[in-house]
Amino acid sequence: MSMYSLYLLIPLAPLAGALLAGLFGKQLGRKGSHTVAILGVAVSFLGSLVVAQDVLAGHLFNGTVYTWLTTEDVSLTVGFLIDPLTVTLMLVVTFVSLMVHIYTIGYMEDDPGYQRFFSYISLFTFSMLMLVMANNFLQLFFGWEAVGLVSYLLIGFWYTRPTAIYANLKAFLVNRVGDLGFLLGIGLILAHFGSLDYATVFERAPQLAHETVDWLPGGPASLLTVVCLLLFVGAMGKSAQMPLHVWLPDSMEGPTPISALIHAATMVTAGIFMVSRMSPLFELSETARSVVLVIGACTALFMAFLGIVQNDIKRVVAYSTLSQLGYMTVALGASAYPVAIFHLGTHAFFKALLFLGAGSVIHAMHHEQDMRRMGGLRRYMPVTYLTALVGSLALAGIPPFAGFFSKDAIIEAVQATDIPGAGFATFAVMAGVFVTAFYSFRMLFMTFHGAPRMDAHTREHLHESPWVITLPLVLLAIPSVLAGYLAMEPLVVGDYFGASIAVLPGNGGLHELREAWHGTGAFILHGVQSLPFWLALAGIATAAACYLKWTQVPALCMARLRGVYTLLDNKYYFDRFNEIFFAGGARQVGQGLWQTGDVRLIDGIMVNGSANLVGRLSMRLRRVQTGYIYHYAFIMIFGVFLLMSLWFVKA
Amino acid sequence: MTAYHFLSLSIWLPILAGILVLAAGSDAHPARVRWIALVGALLGFAVTLPLYGGFQDDTPAMQFVELASWIPAFNITYHLGVDGISLWFILLNSFMTILVVIAGWVVIEKRLSQYMAAFLIMSGLINGVFAALDAILFYVFFEAMLIPMYLIIGVWGGPRRVYAALKFFLYTLLGSLLMLAAFIYLYFEAGGSFEILRFQMLPLPLGVQILIFIAFFLSFAVKVPMWPVHTWLPDAHVEAPTGGSVILAAITLKIGAYGFLRFNLPITPDASHALSGAMIALSLIAVVYIGLVALVQNDMKKLVAYSSISHMGFVTLGIFMFNAMGVEGGLLQMISHGFISGAMFLCIGVLYDRMHSRQISDYGGVVNTMPRFAAFFMLFAMANAGLPGTSGFIGEFIVTLSAVQVNFWYAALAATTLVFGAAYTLWMYKRVVFGEVANAHVAGLKDIGCRETLFLAVLVLAVLGMGLYPKVITDTLHASVQQLVEQASTPKF
Repeated sequence: MSMYSLYLLIPLAPLAGALLAGLFGKQLGRKGSHTVAILGVAVSFLGSLVVAQDVLAGHLFNGTVYTWLTTEDVSLTVGFLIDPLTVTLMLVVTFVSLMVHIYTIGYMEDDPGYQRFFSYISLFTFSMLMLVMANNFLQLFFGWEAVGLVSYLLIGFWYTRPTAIYANLKAFLVNRVGDLGFLLGIGLILAHFGSLDYATVFERAPQLAHETVDWLPGGPASLLTVVCLLLFVGAMGKSAQMPLHVWLPDSMEGPTPISALIHAATMVTAGIFMVSRMSPLFELSETARSVVLVIGACTALFMAFLGIVQNDIKRVVAYSTLSQLGYMTVALGASAYPVAIFHLGTHAFFKALLFLGAGSVIHAMHHEQDMRRMGGLRRYMPVTYLTALVGSLALAGIPPFAGFFSKDAIIEAVQATDIPGAGFATFAVMAGVFVTAFYSFRMLFMTFHGAPRMDAHTREHLHESPWVITLPLVLLAIPSVLAGYLAMEPLVVGDYFGASIAVLPGNGGLHELREAWHGTGAFILHGVQSLPFWLALAGIATAAACYLKWTQVPALCMARLRGVYTLLDNKYYFDRFNEIFFAGGARQVGQGLWQTGDVRLIDGIMVNGSANLVGRLSMRLRRVQTGYIYHYAFIMIFGVFLLMSLWFVKA
Repeated sequence: MTAYHFLSLSIWLPILAGILVLAAGSDAHPARVRWIALVGALLGFAVTLPLYGGFQDDTPAMQFVELASWIPAFNITYHLGVDGISLWFILLNSFMTILVVIAGWVVIEKRLSQYMAAFLIMSGLINGVFAALDAILFYVFFEAMLIPMYLIIGVWGGPRRVYAALKFFLYTLLGSLLMLAAFIYLYFEAGGSFEILRFQMLPLPLGVQILIFIAFFLSFAVKVPMWPVHTWLPDAHVEAPTGGSVILAAITLKIGAYGFLRFNLPITPDASHALSGAMIALSLIAVVYIGLVALVQNDMKKLVAYSSISHMGFVTLGIFMFNAMGVEGGLLQMISHGFISGAMFLCIGVLYDRMHSRQISDYGGVVNTMPRFAAFFMLFAMANAGLPGTSGFIGEFIVTLSAVQVNFWYAALAATTLVFGAAYTLWMYKRVVFGEVANAHVAGLKDIGCRETLFLAVLVLAVLGMGLYPKVITDTLHASVQQLVEQASTPKF
């Protein structure tokens, strides 16, 4: 089989699985449906492995599959770009997806929508692969919106729950706000570069580095800055950066496997991937990178705070995801794109692990998600506990777990950056380390340690989850331990990404990071001597103190810091503001335009008004037609008289 | 080509079938009526297929031309032809007629034969509008087509059908009379000819162009409809039976935009440029203002009607960008909107047939009792919200891309439809389809049967096919659009 057909097979195999499970779910049955879906994704994963080998051997690909449409002199195509960046994402996506597919067999076993669920997650895998394999902006946008669709379908999977169908609408609309910016960015690219092909656009970018646009209210602005910022608005939607982050916590209404697959490991990292892909553009605009840096830093820190006050186990992990996405964004702003992708990869493993671990707990607890009613679970669920411990250590950034490497690399990179906002970003990511360690171990302690707080019935039924659930946990735990250790050197220091990511000399902290590199062992050694490591330990210690030893402390803090707690509990009032200002405002404006504009002005005055006017005029005119012959005769004679006088006068 | 008279067939075959239905059928023999109507509609579509098959996409010239003298005293001719701009509307119209016949299969109980006949006759007349190359012939089809539509709303319509019809009448009357006056003026200017292609060559001073532009504009803007002459549409939709709404949204609205492309741009290019600011403003108002109005509708049909107006805003925006991309984007948007709005109204019809209500608040949790229907409706709702991969995406995407080239802010305002379109469509979907079963009526709903699955599935194929491979369509547009854009950019005085 040629490589080209393999490239085609990789996205199409999950699509076939999705169509079969979706359209013929009833005929195939549960077993048949999950078999075809898993088979599709497995083919995709194995194919990705083969492609990865091929790419490592130096065989890149950039070509068109088919022409979607042509208009004027532009032809919009569907095509693949296979390079190290793409193939990294393909591996992450297909591996996590495969794990989630297997896990779902156990997690969704009693659900009546079993086949539908498999159809959706396979469809998601297809869409995500189309997104990462794209060689042009059209297909990128196609994949971008398609993953948004599947996310919508999956958040609302349990469609009778009011919270779920509220959350999925919200997620779709907030993402659409991001897509609005993204689409306009694409439009500007086509208008100024004359093409939507990555290769062509990147090639022409340096020539347009000093181009300005003059339609902004504040005077001329750099074209590339505007383009990059618009594209980044898209990334903010998908990768849930403040203030477009509001949809992600609510997306936890969906079944847990998709929280792991879509809302932690893959779809939400699409924005990170996109900005890395666009590195040749972002490298030319310092302003854009500054904005990226500051927004990422805000998200990293402020979302981590929210993780502290959550009691729903999934929501803790969700806010943690937001915060970690902020870290990745910081890395992008610091021009350390390979580091961002590195963290994307390690995070995909340990965050999927944590989500699936949380799912395993929820499954065992009969769909109870409140940590206040858990406790002491490690005795009942040893595998889940151990893997969750691995995940938490990785998330907190303890060496040698995967998160340590990628997070430390981000901190080092941002420290070595000097663009505006870097100082704040450094502070934010440092402080974030403490908070992250604190909330992740708070979650671990509340769930698995201490005295059991669930009711007797649930307690009697507590047991470790079946192998289809624990196997993915174990398989994800392995890279959560090893991925950082193994991948740090080639991915970040080495030239693994080659030309697929551009970093201009003098930009950001990647160069310093590479210069200071003395091997993985030295990196760990350096790591345990520097501040972040101690901050992480302090965070864990504080969590242990508050939730294992002096368990009255949290309540005390809550009472003393009522104001802060209220602010955090209300998530900084973002939701309230959006509901009143945007959702309520739009409805009010719509109502006003409809009632005043359409009903009163146009229909009331123009349409019915003119009808009435005609009516009234006719009432008057009607009186002329009296029906008396002498009236008509008189008017006729008068007319003849008038005409004749005119005739005489003229003559 | 002329030997085969496919255009004449596409006009007269459905009309003949309609007459046959009237003659053969009565309410006593509904089966006979249905089958004759279906065969007529299928044949009507079949004779349009060679138009695509034999279409030469490398020339802007009119094809399948038929020319015969009609009223020699005034040099009025029976002159037909298609180019890339009109081709797809004839196909679309004949295609939708089949679906409307199937959709009315068992639902219409009273005066079935007249109902079917009205749609078949209207189908032929609409094909005539798109094929006519003689202004008077165009005018006759343009006006005649309204009669069946009046009857459809008036006879099979809802309780306020008289008001709706009156409103429609008031709106259309003024415009079409002025259009006739413009034709007569151009007739004398052209030295006694009603040839539309001759009209396009006439050198006219700007003042005259502006008057003629306005005369055409009043006629076509009502049809599109553009803000602020749009308020007849929601009322007409609400009162019309499902089939009427489908044809109204899918085809009739396109005649307005087609008129801009066939008359305004080539005959009065300088006036079009001079007035383009106003046209763009009206288009953007349609997209944004109407998008917001759609958000607060309580009646599903009204909501989709407003959504249609908002989507048609993209069409007029694209047309007045004066570049090939914009015009092609507008044409793609028109074709796609034909499928999607037709599908949306059919979906609402499916619900209405069961519940006899169009109020969103009467529904809730339909997915629990009608899962198959919910899946179809989801797909069309997403298409209406412009999801890539469906046809709804292409037109909006291309028009936005072309607008960025003209003025970034036009594009920015137009692109708000990404948010508004999703908001009104999916919010409605959420309230109607998702959730717990809202009441006993919803609990008793029966999922769609074979007939309904058939027409919805056919539309799914159209929406996805066009969304995934629009090149089939764009290839046929280029030559004609290129010529049109050149005509529209060449000053005439």
